[in-house]
Amino acid sequence: MILADVIGTVVSPVQIPVLEGRKLLLLRPVSPDGGSTGQARIGIDTIGAGIGDRVLVIQEGNSSRQILEEPQGAVKTVIVGFVDEVEMAGEIVFDHASP
Amino acid sequence: MFLARVTGRLVATISYAGLEGVPLQWIQPLGEDGKAHGPQLVACTAISSGPGDLVHFVDGREAALALEETFVPVDATIIGYVEQVEIAGSPDLAETRP
Repeated sequence: MILADVIGTVVSPVQIPVLEGRKLLLLRPVSPDGGSTGQARIGIDTIGAGIGDRVLVIQEGNSSRQILEEPQGAVKTVIVGFVDEVEMAGEIVFDHASP
Repeated sequence: MFLARVTGRLVATISYAGLEGVPLQWIQPLGEDGKAHGPQLVACTAISSGPGDLVHFVDGREAALALEETFVPVDATIIGYVEQVEIAGSPDLAETRP
């Protein structure tokens, strides 16, 4: 699982059936202190996340299919958690309440 | 699942059983700024996309699951056409043609 910031929304009117009706968000992978760590990717939202939120993201097919209850779905990146606080070596490096 | 721009088509007259009739297209993966990120690659397409289109694709084992025949040797498949990407404070990526 990785940490990511939600940076945008993606509108996709034509897509494979398993994605129909699901919200797609553009994600920027980040380190615990918020620096970008890689290429932006598209995740399926399952928690009601929005732009500006820091979230927990799964990047593995079997876990994604289990969460979405789609045993044959071509899905890989799923937003599974909303991050309130990140603590590193006893120090709080991210706090949702005071960004 | 990543953003990409379709840049071209590719024709393979002989392909693995199960991949007959599956369109192959060149795609350029994109970063959050809409600019190229990494090398271009060849992807199957599960939708009707074409050169110039902004799409999203899936890599790895899931690439095969997106196709009709799900046990085929592919590692990237276009799974959706992207009409709009809204990023706070930035122009719509879909409007930014290369």
